[in-house]
Amino acid sequence: MVYSAVVPDAIDPASVLAHVGHPEDGATVLFLGVVRDHADGRPVGGMRYDAYREMADGVLAAIARGAAERLGTDRLAVVHRTGELEIGEVSVAIAVSSPHRAESFDASRYVIEEIKKRLPVWKKERYTDGDAEWVAGTRPPGTGRAPKVEGVS
Amino acid sequence: MTFSVHALFFAAYRDLVGAPSLAVELDEGATVADLVRELRGRGAPFDGLPVEPAVAVNRTYAFLDEPLGSDDEVAFIPPVAGG
Repeated sequence: MVYSAVVPDAIDPASVLAHVGHPEDGATVLFLGVVRDHADGRPVGGMRYDAYREMADGVLAAIARGAAERLGTDRLAVVHRTGELEIGEVSVAIAVSSPHRAESFDASRYVIEEIKKRLPVWKKERYTDGDAEWVAGTRPPGTGRAPKVEGVS
Repeated sequence: MTFSVHALFFAAYRDLVGAPSLAVELDEGATVADLVRELRGRGAPFDGLPVEPAVAVNRTYAFLDEPLGSDDEVAFIPPVAGG
């Protein structure tokens, strides 16, 4: 079953992995996004993740469904964290399983790239010098000026 | 005739505006672009919002020409940075 969640508490990778796997699967991929201790050479002490929670749940579920369609099975789980995270803590976990490795690698890559494109989540880096800044992000597709439609005035 | 929408602000926009949400009165037929103009026209700090921000209307991403209705939830979405 495709599983997705946006959660305020620590992510246990084993519990995310527990959502996937099947006797006919020969490959399982687990991707973890982890808070690192530097950004552009600047020492980082931690990260705060904010979400538009009511919308993020639906967007993450849609990303997971899209990935499952590409994968050809429903053995995919993704969990995204919110709140204050320390260095080394898991911000996102993606687990996928499939009969062969290619589909699992493709699907997990698709999920993380789509999260970066369109999940309404923001992160603020805490630097060790006491400063903090929002991390530069991406404008989600389907926003801004509407595309011009040919033949319509 | 006017109607009211709920504008929501997140992350850097919330820091800028100093509030998570705001009720805004708009004229009938108003679009997202009209809401942006109305807010930016109030001057500081609202004129710090982009001229063409990303928004979601009722939790779905929307273009600036999207028509708005009474009690719509219009979220101003700074560039996203999940993962």
